[in-house]
Amino acid sequence: MLRRFYTSGLALIAAAGLVAQPAWAETPSEMLSSLQQEAAAAPGFQGFSSTRGESFFKARHGNEWSCSSCHTENPAALGRHAKTGKVIEPLAPSANAERFTNPKKVEKWFKRNCNDVLDRVCTAQEKGDVLAYLLSLKK
Amino acid sequence: MLSNNAKTTRALAFILLLSGVTITAAQAEDDHDERNGDRHAAKSSGKYGGENRGKPVQPAQTNAKYQQECSSCHIAYAPGLLPAESWRKVMDSLDRHFGSDASLDAQDSREITGFLVKNSSNRWSAPTAPLRITESAWFKRKHDTDEISPSVWKNPQVKSPANCTACHLQAERGNFNERDIRIPK
Repeated sequence: MLRRFYTSGLALIAAAGLVAQPAWAETPSEMLSSLQQEAAAAPGFQGFSSTRGESFFKARHGNEWSCSSCHTENPAALGRHAKTGKVIEPLAPSANAERFTNPKKVEKWFKRNCNDVLDRVCTAQEKGDVLAYLLSLKK
Repeated sequence: MLSNNAKTTRALAFILLLSGVTITAAQAEDDHDERNGDRHAAKSSGKYGGENRGKPVQPAQTNAKYQQECSSCHIAYAPGLLPAESWRKVMDSLDRHFGSDASLDAQDSREITGFLVKNSSNRWSAPTAPLRITESAWFKRKHDTDEISPSVWKNPQVKSPANCTACHLQAERGNFNERDIRIPK
């Protein structure tokens, strides 16, 4: 009886903890793992590559902008919006601990920015390569 | 009946007097600007041809979601800078927002649209609804060549007329007072 009380109490505390967490906070490496699960569903998946991520990040894909147009060639430094000039906080998690900790925010920005840069959504492979690249950067 | 009317009038006069006291210097300055603006606008359709920003331009209570979602690429512009219909149009086309995808999920979009529409310009009488703040008659008048030299716009620190804070230091708080303007050299 007492034990059951403890268990349900613990469950309650755990649930309260979950509720108190803003927007399902995660770590960037947890986010990389879930991208990996998603990407692995595609045939021929052979893991993520930070080198491929870097080229993808710095290249233009048919449009005027690349990722680095705003986030610069060094995503561990401050960026600047290509059109408005507004300062953009660093994108690399080593330089900005807030990055890649909020799945809703990550999803929102990948959707927007991939649309601007590629006119389409990005694949899990592309997102994972880019995140692997960003995680490889030192401050 | 007559004395009731007289009482009402007196009460009204008192209220007007009280509110008069609370008019800040900033508002007085604003009114002064408007009288000048009047000369440029069609008399029949109100100040700036009916394309006037609201007063106040920024509500006392801001919206956290608006601040969070709409200040990543530019400042969260004061809602009173555009009429309600403009904000509806902007919010309906966020996936094609001046050449960028700025789309939001449906819930956030609804909340932000509600805030913007509720606090949109209360002095806009024209049937127009521009997408850009810079297309409104009051903006053009306030930033015409009599006021701002064309070279200012070419300054890389200004970059774009959408970059209010380049000169209006307090623009993010909805403060566009003349005394808070510093034009970068």
